[in-house]
Amino acid sequence: MIISRKKPYEELLSMLGDAKRVALVGCGSCATVCETGGEPELAALKEALEKDGIEVVGTVYPSESCQKMLLKKEIKVLRDVDFDAYISLACGDGAQTLAQLSDKPIYPANNTMFLGQVERIGIFHEMCRMCGDCIIGHTGGICPITKCSKSLVNGPCGGQKNGKCEVNPDNDCAWILIYDRMKAIGQEQKFIDQLLMDKPHSPHAYPRTINLKEEKKVAKEAAEK
Amino acid sequence: MSILKKTFDAGKFAVTAEMAPPKGVDFSHQLEDAKLLKGKVHGINVTDMQSACLKASSIGLCAALKNEGLNPIIQMTGRDRSRMAIMGDLFAAYALGIDTMLALTGDHTTVGDCKDSKPVFDLDSCGILKMLSDMEATNTDCGGNALDGPTPVFYKGACVTPMYEPQILQIAKLKKKVDAGAEYIQTQGIFDIDALKRFMEAVEKANIKVHIMAGIIPLKSAGMAKFMNANVPGIEVPDSMIQRLSDAAAEGKEKDIKGLPEKAGIEMAVDMIRQIKDEGLCDGVHVMAIGAEKNVPIILDMAGVSI
Repeated sequence: MIISRKKPYEELLSMLGDAKRVALVGCGSCATVCETGGEPELAALKEALEKDGIEVVGTVYPSESCQKMLLKKEIKVLRDVDFDAYISLACGDGAQTLAQLSDKPIYPANNTMFLGQVERIGIFHEMCRMCGDCIIGHTGGICPITKCSKSLVNGPCGGQKNGKCEVNPDNDCAWILIYDRMKAIGQEQKFIDQLLMDKPHSPHAYPRTINLKEEKKVAKEAAEK
Repeated sequence: MSILKKTFDAGKFAVTAEMAPPKGVDFSHQLEDAKLLKGKVHGINVTDMQSACLKASSIGLCAALKNEGLNPIIQMTGRDRSRMAIMGDLFAAYALGIDTMLALTGDHTTVGDCKDSKPVFDLDSCGILKMLSDMEATNTDCGGNALDGPTPVFYKGACVTPMYEPQILQIAKLKKKVDAGAEYIQTQGIFDIDALKRFMEAVEKANIKVHIMAGIIPLKSAGMAKFMNANVPGIEVPDSMIQRLSDAAAEGKEKDIKGLPEKAGIEMAVDMIRQIKDEGLCDGVHVMAIGAEKNVPIILDMAGVSI
């Protein structure tokens, strides 16, 4: 899930500038779970803006704001409405998708934080940095790219104190977690014998695009030959 | 050829000191201290923004020390440089006559004094060593492209933290560092000789063949020892040492004599160095005086260590 947080309301207000009539777009997916773009947040933001003299001309709540075709359909209700700007209550993906579909300014109500696990309601943990080359098969199912603050791939630095990371003592040292986990699943020797690992950066030069349709076409053509 | 390598090859007890570049451009203080170290140590290890605090680059002070006829060892961390930058800086260092290096992962930028700087960590200590070893084997750079002219061959080192739980993690990583090309190792500051012995036994048991230099930090006060215990990973100053420093401070106050705790710290460092050398526990010592470099020649003389 894409974990997002509300921006400070004052920051959003200052971004709006001269905009006096706005439309709000939420997201029924991740941002709803994060309590940043669901129906309660849309209603609360509408109320706050109107108190500050900004008219909310419409509220759209698509099931997903990152689905371009779906979002395009959802915002059609605003086609004939006169307004100055959109406020997106989705993640950065949803907000930018909205920007691509409109010639009006888009202002984000949220900061997009990380790809995370929902441990339970309101508790999120960063789990994956989307590096494009998953190595957790070698590290006991724990990602050192994400869970080690230095993204080290060859074991711990000397910086842990009582098993906690030097960067944030609330966090466990990822490499101690990896060792404990591998030991627990019968892979201690694999941990010790692990060869040197490199993490090349060319596979995640961004922005990245995947076109499955094109890939399938190429594969089909290759098979036919 | 690296003086440190020659020293180990000759089976001699190696001794190095450590020095930090200034936060600025005036090297005069460092060069003054360096004069005192001339002829006393096999190398001066120049830190690469230790504790992630901004200083002049290691390469600059190394070059200045080289000009003064000393043997600098360049520290290279992965914190602030990509693999390209590390390799390029090491080319430049080698061209300036610096032939010995120490690879470190580096402290994170957020624990330092320029917290908004981007932490790079393209390569860790193992990755830096491996990149250099691969370069030596293939005469190519980190992208596989042929080098112009001769390939630099550094005498390569790394660090280890003996006081670490679970210790197997440091042993496993030490093995990787040696496999990646580390030929000598310096340890985090040692204060407990028995713990050092246990660590060396673990290294032996893991069949890791490398020259190990024990890290020695002369203590200046009980406060310094307590601070390091609380804040520096891998440092464990025993209570007995802290007590000795406190007693020295009390005695100094009573008799109105200055510098007794520092003197006690020097004596404890001397005792450790002498024991490490006499019992052949390690192949050398690395003295980290943390700003009191002027004490290093005194400590070495008292311990009976000469080069």
